[in-house]
Amino acid sequence: MTDHAAAERPHLVEKETSGVIDWSSGPRRFITVYLPLSIFVIVLLFPFYWMAITAIKPNAELYDYKTYNPFWVSSPTLDNIKRLLFQTDYPQWLLTTMTVATVATVLSLFSSVLAAYAIQRLKFKGSQYVGLAIYLAYLVPPSILFIPMATLIFQLGLFDSQWALILTYPTFLIPFCTWLLIGYFKSIPYELEECAMIDGATRLQILWQITLPLALPGLISAGIFAFTLSWNEFIYALAFIQSAEKKTVPVAVLTQLVEGDVYHWGSLMAGALLGSIPVALLYSFFVDYYVASLTGAVKE
Amino acid sequence: MTIAAEARTTHHLPQNWLVRLLDNKSCLIFLCLLPAAALLLIFLTYPLGLGIWLAFTDTKIGRSGHFIGFENFTSLMQDRVFITSVWNTLLYTGVATVAKFALGLWLALLLNNHLPFKSLLRALILVPWIVPTVLSAIAFWWIYDPQFSIISYVLVDVLGWRTSYIDFLGEPWAARWSLIAANTWRGIPFVAISLLAGLQTISPALYEAAMLDGANAWQRFRHVTFPMLMPILAVVLTFSVLFTFTDFQLVYAITRGGPINSTHLMATLAFQRGIPGGQLGEGAAIAVAMIPFLVLATLFSYYALARRKWQQGEDND
Repeated sequence: MTDHAAAERPHLVEKETSGVIDWSSGPRRFITVYLPLSIFVIVLLFPFYWMAITAIKPNAELYDYKTYNPFWVSSPTLDNIKRLLFQTDYPQWLLTTMTVATVATVLSLFSSVLAAYAIQRLKFKGSQYVGLAIYLAYLVPPSILFIPMATLIFQLGLFDSQWALILTYPTFLIPFCTWLLIGYFKSIPYELEECAMIDGATRLQILWQITLPLALPGLISAGIFAFTLSWNEFIYALAFIQSAEKKTVPVAVLTQLVEGDVYHWGSLMAGALLGSIPVALLYSFFVDYYVASLTGAVKE
Repeated sequence: MTIAAEARTTHHLPQNWLVRLLDNKSCLIFLCLLPAAALLLIFLTYPLGLGIWLAFTDTKIGRSGHFIGFENFTSLMQDRVFITSVWNTLLYTGVATVAKFALGLWLALLLNNHLPFKSLLRALILVPWIVPTVLSAIAFWWIYDPQFSIISYVLVDVLGWRTSYIDFLGEPWAARWSLIAANTWRGIPFVAISLLAGLQTISPALYEAAMLDGANAWQRFRHVTFPMLMPILAVVLTFSVLFTFTDFQLVYAITRGGPINSTHLMATLAFQRGIPGGQLGEGAAIAVAMIPFLVLATLFSYYALARRKWQQGEDND
């Protein structure tokens, strides 16, 4: 360390009071922070820009890079979106996906809240192991379960029905939500519950009137997570649903819109874009909850 | 009070009886765990066991199979496509994980600076991770189009670095790298945000102390940031390895294992053989072959857990 840097030390220390390190300043800061950050943002968001711009491009522009600048649209059109909405089952797929995701989320949240409460608050012999089992359940990926699950779904007579998805999605939603909620319940002071108990509240009253309202941000983020994970799910929906009109958006866009040799890129991109918007909107409203809960779950 | 008398009072006051039952701790614990346990046992534990059993049978769709021992596994060992899929899976997981963590850590460090519009930035950066994988995979499919790829356009027509368009998904190696790039792109936000959360838990006092001891930026990173980040890094790494290793969506959406089965991962091959191919037993055997790798990753995670008492430290309460 040079003397110059040493002289600057008190100044640096002062800057750090908010807990964030200032690595550099001035033009150097531009090169080391803003430039790489901008590149990251551009690269991470480019596919969505490309998706959006393709969705509103007329075919003439789509396949002619010589006359038109591919990064821009000269004469935007809604034809691709119209075709998607009125000539395919897209609205039906959206509805199906929405229904499946909502029901699976509600079912999983209900089970997870109770399980997390039992594990974290009603300390019992072996609660630690139940917690561990749930964590391990989260590590079992759908890729190794879908084949036996398909035979099970078939035996239960659920093949090609929305119930096949509603009942199988909780296998990855419950472990995740429970794990998140355990962390959340932990952050709520136990004394609050003890006070209520001394006042004569039953355990259910405590859960319903004290713990749950306090855990609301955690519940919201677990709900958003569960909803988006269901929306995103692919392999079960691909394996268990056969009828075109019962498919979820991700599966349907890939299997129903891609037919034959000619890809309708405009409609495909419109389909991908419209399927992304609901979850993206949901997140944008709750991103702070989301980051807070992630921080909460990661922090000890 | 006799049992009969107690029965009578409970009969008269069903509400009270229910409340008391729910206030009984072991009963409440049982009821609380019941929904989650029932769903997980029926739809997770049972299929897991069934899958392992199926791997040792010659079950086909619509026909129950017989126990055939290790036959599925021995035939897979001589199956070129299977061997390729194992190598692809290892390559895909290895390269994508290293790239995701290097870039994700870099991004987390960048985001940990004083920045304007911090929460907007975080929201934007999360987008690739939020949007359904298959839908962004379809965008990549279009970006990788042999004739109309925007990457080729930039390289050939704008920058003039190449003379011909790249056939991203038509050649085995080009297709593999394209898939790895797409997976890395999708994984960076999760790694970055998780590590950012970790970075923010590091006490600034540690950096002050390090600086007073004369540590430079690299030494502060190496001796303060990195060790403090290690527990989170281990857990995020386990998740990342696990989910990259068992990835299905991205490959299925972009190449479906092609060209000529050269980009199959174990998961996509299991699907192809098991569901459209109808060979449930063989598909299950491929899926089961992933388990040893997953167990290794999980043990690694458990080690991290034990060290950190992650999410279950009883001594806090």
